[in-house]
Amino acid sequence: MAALLQVSNVSKHFGGFTALAGVSLAIAEGERFGLIGPNGSGKTTLINCVSGSLRNETGSIVFNGEEVSRLPAYVRTRRGIARSFQIPRPFRTMSVLENLLVPSAYVAHLKDTDGEAEALDILRKIGLAEKAHAPSSALSQVELRKLELARAMAARPKLLISDEAMAGLSGAEVEEMLKILFALNQAGITIIMIEHIMQAVMRFSQRVVCLDAGRIICEGTPASIVQNPEVRKAYLGA
Amino acid sequence: MKYWITVAVVLIVAVVVALVPVNEYFFYAAFVVLQFVVLATAWNILGGYAGYVNFGTGAFFAIGAYSAVVLFKWLGAPLGVQILAAAGVSGLLGFGVGLLTLRLRGIFFAIATVAVTFMLETVMVNWRYVGGATGLQLLRPPVTEPFDSYTRMLFVVMALLALVAISVARYVQDSWIGRGLRAIRDSEEAAECSGVPTLKLKLFACTVSGALMGAAGAPMPMYLSFIEPASSFSLNYSVSALAMPMIGGTAHWIGPVIGALLLASIQQIVTVTISNEINVLVVGVLLVLFVVAAPDGVLGLFKRWLRSSR
Amino acid sequence: MIFSLDLLSEALIFGVLLGSFYAAVSIGLSVSFGLLDVPHVAHPAVMVLGSYLTYVLTTYGLDPIAAGVVLMPAFFVLGVLIYRFYYESFERRGTDAGVRGLAFFFGLAFIIEIGLILVFGVDQRSVSARYIGSSLALGDYRIPYRMLVAFGVALVLTFALTLYLSKTFTGRAIKAVAQDEPALRLMGANPVRIKQWAFGIATGVSALAGAMLIVVGPVEPAMDRLYIGRTFCVVVLAGLGSMTGTLAAGLILGVAESIVLMFLGASWAPAVAFGLLLVVLGIRPQGLFGR
Repeated sequence: MAALLQVSNVSKHFGGFTALAGVSLAIAEGERFGLIGPNGSGKTTLINCVSGSLRNETGSIVFNGEEVSRLPAYVRTRRGIARSFQIPRPFRTMSVLENLLVPSAYVAHLKDTDGEAEALDILRKIGLAEKAHAPSSALSQVELRKLELARAMAARPKLLISDEAMAGLSGAEVEEMLKILFALNQAGITIIMIEHIMQAVMRFSQRVVCLDAGRIICEGTPASIVQNPEVRKAYLGA
Repeated sequence: MKYWITVAVVLIVAVVVALVPVNEYFFYAAFVVLQFVVLATAWNILGGYAGYVNFGTGAFFAIGAYSAVVLFKWLGAPLGVQILAAAGVSGLLGFGVGLLTLRLRGIFFAIATVAVTFMLETVMVNWRYVGGATGLQLLRPPVTEPFDSYTRMLFVVMALLALVAISVARYVQDSWIGRGLRAIRDSEEAAECSGVPTLKLKLFACTVSGALMGAAGAPMPMYLSFIEPASSFSLNYSVSALAMPMIGGTAHWIGPVIGALLLASIQQIVTVTISNEINVLVVGVLLVLFVVAAPDGVLGLFKRWLRSSR
Repeated sequence: MIFSLDLLSEALIFGVLLGSFYAAVSIGLSVSFGLLDVPHVAHPAVMVLGSYLTYVLTTYGLDPIAAGVVLMPAFFVLGVLIYRFYYESFERRGTDAGVRGLAFFFGLAFIIEIGLILVFGVDQRSVSARYIGSSLALGDYRIPYRMLVAFGVALVLTFALTLYLSKTFTGRAIKAVAQDEPALRLMGANPVRIKQWAFGIATGVSALAGAMLIVVGPVEPAMDRLYIGRTFCVVVLAGLGSMTGTLAAGLILGVAESIVLMFLGASWAPAVAFGLLLVVLGIRPQGLFGR
């Protein structure tokens, strides 16, 4: 079965610094995929290249059979790639609901009345329904993270990239987020999870890849990754 | 619907007033105020809605004026055609500057507008066809019936342009375009990843904004029977077009209107009672004051007052 | 247009002198905008203010360059205050800071310009000194002494600042805060105070730049707008954050302007900076040595 996302030999440099050095991976449709690695290993750069916030210098990125590396980010979103941001970026002058109406209008091309119905549905599933008309600037950290995911959902994605959505959250809040992501996957969405919270990644992922200094050092099941000495070295520097 | 009825009423009132024996000075002052309403409203479409600051309103305004002059001198075109041509040329200028710099950070777009002002003024100063540095006198055709004077007629024209500008701003604001622009302003990266074609929308706003500014400039040569670079490219246009929306409030189309009415009136009073230079200083000081202390402008202050008095 | 090798080489020499002057005038912006990311479009206006204050001091008999040096501490304090104000009002609050920050600096530039007009009028002001008015004869060329003085001061200033930023502890802290503020915070340093200090230095340097400006030629209040083009052109062409690049970029601009001045006349020379800036932004926005 052809992969939903095929990343081949992608590289990215910033001046003299190599952020990504020939990264390749394939993600199947419906898969729960984990991406780990120490800070500065290139995880967010890779995600930015896939989503279109950055352009990869070499290699190709094929999504759903189409080469997307030359396409601007907004086109890729319309093709089905959605992402949340590590540091939440809500549309601050808009309410929670209005935040979702942006992708709903620009990706799903829904008129406001239909868009609102779908948005409220998403908010209900994610647990933000009572805050629908609250200004997004007044949300708590965990609510902001949920809004990030909700907004990505409103774009009706085939692939959802969750970038450290659980950083800094309490145990119970991490559980909440995991439940939401599991439910989204059940509904048929392929999910890439970037996280530092190991127990979350290991529970969630079917396959995990570990990056270090712009290269993939290890790929496999959560169990095999956890035992891999290379991974330990990357994280602990021993 | 209520809106369009109000628009029609305002227009009719304007025409009626222009036909009635009222002090000529009123029309002069009103013309200037309405001109600023157009400029401020146009500025806000890109600056307030999308968050890209234009320092060079004077350039778009002046190019509109000069386009009108060229068309008049070359083809003897009537005012309506002059205005459309001016809007077209200034719109094109907006598109060009936007294409070059809207991909980059906001500050580069702002500086590019300063650059464009400088360079276009240099071009006009050296272009003898439009009078160069000393300017050009124009022989105006007789005033269209039923108006008595150019001042009155152009007052009505400017009132119409103001209504057009406000209607365009209102449409952009309330449409899906407006929502996209706001998303760009709040977080451009998140907007792009939410499917908003950021560059296209910014270009659209920039072009429309430029076109309206050019349209505002077109009646000036007819108004003065004269055109020259120094006053057409005056810094006062650029600063006022920026200050008025920032002071009135940038979130809603009524903000620039409030700002223009307020500031233009203050300017008239100060110029008459104190001096022209102090007037210009007052605009600058008010701009800084509002930007620092009342970021949502008069509109924002009013909303806060409403909420607290409840 | 008479094209001759003699004229071209004269333009080149003048261009190099002019270019290093432009580099020195832009180096303050290299720090405030290039490193600290502050949208400081009022930088040229502050410099012109320095020119006028230099003028005032020369009426008391002080040499213009000396006056510039004397003004530096006061301008350092001014810079600290401006940055503090900017930080408290905008950078801290986050949203909308871009538009409002820009509007603030534009307003500030405007207030300075109008203030200068009110106090000094719109006419040009110039200063006199032993080295202004006479030229050095070098073979077939005559090089105005005032350009040589500016050239000398410019070189000293540029090298001094570059050395400061790379060799001293505070200097390197400034570069660090530009690259990785969170890391700096973790090391216990206070980024705001470092940025404040850096902005103060950048403004202090502007005082001397202003003195050089009025030595090189007469000044008028509206000049800040022209210099927005020149300083941003140099800073962008150099590449944001590159100090050494500033000198190279300044030279390129100086030579380009000098050639245009020589062969096309004075009315087109101001357009060179803006035109070059637009070209650089269009084809290589990261400049020559960009981060």
